[in-house]
This record gives sequence, C-alpha cells and structure tokens, in this order.
Amino acid sequence: MIGIVEKIAEEQALVLSFALVGALMWLSALLSRRLTRGRIHASAIAIVAALALAWWGGVVTGGKKGLADIPAFAGLALMGGAMLRDFAIVATAFEVDVVEARKAGLLGVVALALGTIVPFVMGVIIAWSFGYRDAVSLTTLGAGAVTYIVGPVTGAALGASSPVIALSIAIGVLKAVLVMVATPMVARFIGLDNPRSAMAFGGLMGTVSGVAGGLAATDERLVPYGALTATFHTGIGCLFCPSLFFLIVSAIA
Amino acid sequence: MAIFGTALLALCTLLGVALGEGLGRLLHVKANVGGVGIAMLLLILAKIWLTRRGKLTPGMRLGVEFWAMMYIPIVVAMASQQNVLAAVEGGPMVLLTGVLVVATCFGLVGLLGRTTGGAR
Repeated sequence: MIGIVEKIAEEQALVLSFALVGALMWLSALLSRRLTRGRIHASAIAIVAALALAWWGGVVTGGKKGLADIPAFAGLALMGGAMLRDFAIVATAFEVDVVEARKAGLLGVVALALGTIVPFVMGVIIAWSFGYRDAVSLTTLGAGAVTYIVGPVTGAALGASSPVIALSIAIGVLKAVLVMVATPMVARFIGLDNPRSAMAFGGLMGTVSGVAGGLAATDERLVPYGALTATFHTGIGCLFCPSLFFLIVSAIA
Repeated sequence: MAIFGTALLALCTLLGVALGEGLGRLLHVKANVGGVGIAMLLLILAKIWLTRRGKLTPGMRLGVEFWAMMYIPIVVAMASQQNVLAAVEGGPMVLLTGVLVVATCFGLVGLLGRTTGGAR
C-alpha cells in the first residue's frame, strides 16, 4: 500500500501538484466565503497559506525550496518553477488593453528607475548602519534589496563573501514575500485599481514573484500590466548594481 | 485547434526569452533582460495580427486563455516553494531592510499614480 503511494508520488509528481494546489484553492475559496464573506480574496488566502506551508517545509526538511523539498510534494517545484510561471505570465498578455499599456509607457520607465535606485540606496544605508564598511558587501546588500536575483548576481560578480550573498538573498526573498502578503491590504490606499498604477507598481516593486502574487491576490485583471514592467526590473538591476552603482558606492565608502 | 494557441504562446515565450538572453549578453549582464516582457509584447502583436486577418478561432483562444487562467494556481505553487524560513530567520538587518523598502515603494506607487493621473 505504502509502496503504491510512494511510486505514484514519484511518477505523477506534476499531476499530484495540480490536485494539491486545486485542493488548497478550494479550501481557500471556502474560507474566503464563510469567514470573510468574500472580503479577503480566495487567492490571497491561498498564497499566504502556501507561504506558511513553505515555511513549515523549510523547518521539517532544512532545505531551501519550502514545501517542494518534501519528496511527496516535489511536483510543486515544476508547477511553480520559473518555466511554467513565465509561460503563464506571458499568456495573461492576451487580455492586455494596448491603449492603456501605451499610455503608461513613460510612467513605467520612471517607476523602473525609482524601483532600482530607491531600494538599492536604502539597502546600502541600512547595511552601513549595521557596521558593513567595504564597498563590495554594501553593494551586494543594496542589490539584494532590488530583487533576490540581483543580490547574488552582483555578489558573485564582485566577489562578495558567502554570508553576505546569503543575506542579500534573504533580503530579496523577504521583499517578495512581503509584497505578496501586503499588496491586497494596501491596494486601496495606494490607488492600485487601474492598469496605469499597476504598471507603476510592477516597475517599483520589481520582484516578479512578489508582483505576480500580490496582484493576483488583489485583482487578476491587473496582473499583465504589472508583469510587463516588473520583468525588466531584474535585468536592469543586474546591469547597474555591479557596474555603475558599485563605482559610486566605492567612491563614497 | 487549441494546440495552435498553446504553440503560439510557446513560440512567443521562447522567442522573447531568447531575445532577453541576447540583450543580456549584449549588455554583459548575467541575467535575462526583459525576456518575459518582450514575449508579452510579441503575443499582443500576434493577437492583433490574427484578429485583423480573421484567423483567431475560438479553439486557438482557448489554447492561450487556459494558461492565463492557470496563472494563479501556478503562483500558489510558486509561493509554496519559497525559502520563507531563511527570509524570516535572516535577522534584524534583513527584516528592517525588507520592511522599509517595501513600505517606501508602496508609498511611491501611490505618489506616482496620483501625480501622473492629475497631469493628464
């Protein structure tokens, strides 16, 4: 009996993850209706529950991939991996209103610039206040505040120490998690209810997983607009952090 | 046929990601620069072109829209494999940076949305 379960969990990993996520979404929809009368979006509940399960998976296995490190749930790594995530994000573009997207073009560029510079500067200042003084560590930690990919890419390019790179990843992951959880709560206060502000949001927050999760939990129709700008964020960060930003930091530090 | 839609989506994704990769090489960056964004633009262009020629069949639409609808479950799966433990246990510097950066950027979203809204 256990042999059959193990065999199926291994051979049908992706199919099993479809069933698991479906069950989680169903439970979330039920909670959303019964406990909050639909006030809290079912997808917001599902995303927070998934993050909590990821935390639990990390505690149980000591691994880095949350729930997907538990062998029975390994299919989640494929279903929620970068390949299918990007494929599904591209598909959402099918519903984009071209006129709206074009109107917000310049705003998107401004948001991207601010979304790279502001987190970087804040990350560097906070790292400085925690006693880091060398330009390599400061730049790497600042880059981590841009996204969790920019941090390690910058750190590797500059030859930062491994604990500093780990910290920069942690900063970026926390940023993504916070964006996912907090976006539906603050959406009303920051006017995040139209394609234009969604494009500004994508450029400023940057982290694709955070933006994708946050907008999905707020209003699905806004997802393509946010994703359109957010997708340029990591590339721009990887371009400027180890080069221009590093030169500026080393000139000051 | 639905597969034509999914194949179109795949083609746009592959082309976009390849262009993003090329752009990264060109700029000497170890990352994909805007690959997904380029792919989205390609898909939008393809949709406009097909609609004009009357070739966008319901089956083809279904092949793309299924994946657009699978997007949220995929994001839930993505959330379930984040390294949340490391993010939570990163210590005070990680916590402070994460919270302050996200709060500031939320504020900027509000500011940016409002200023340009008034100008137009």
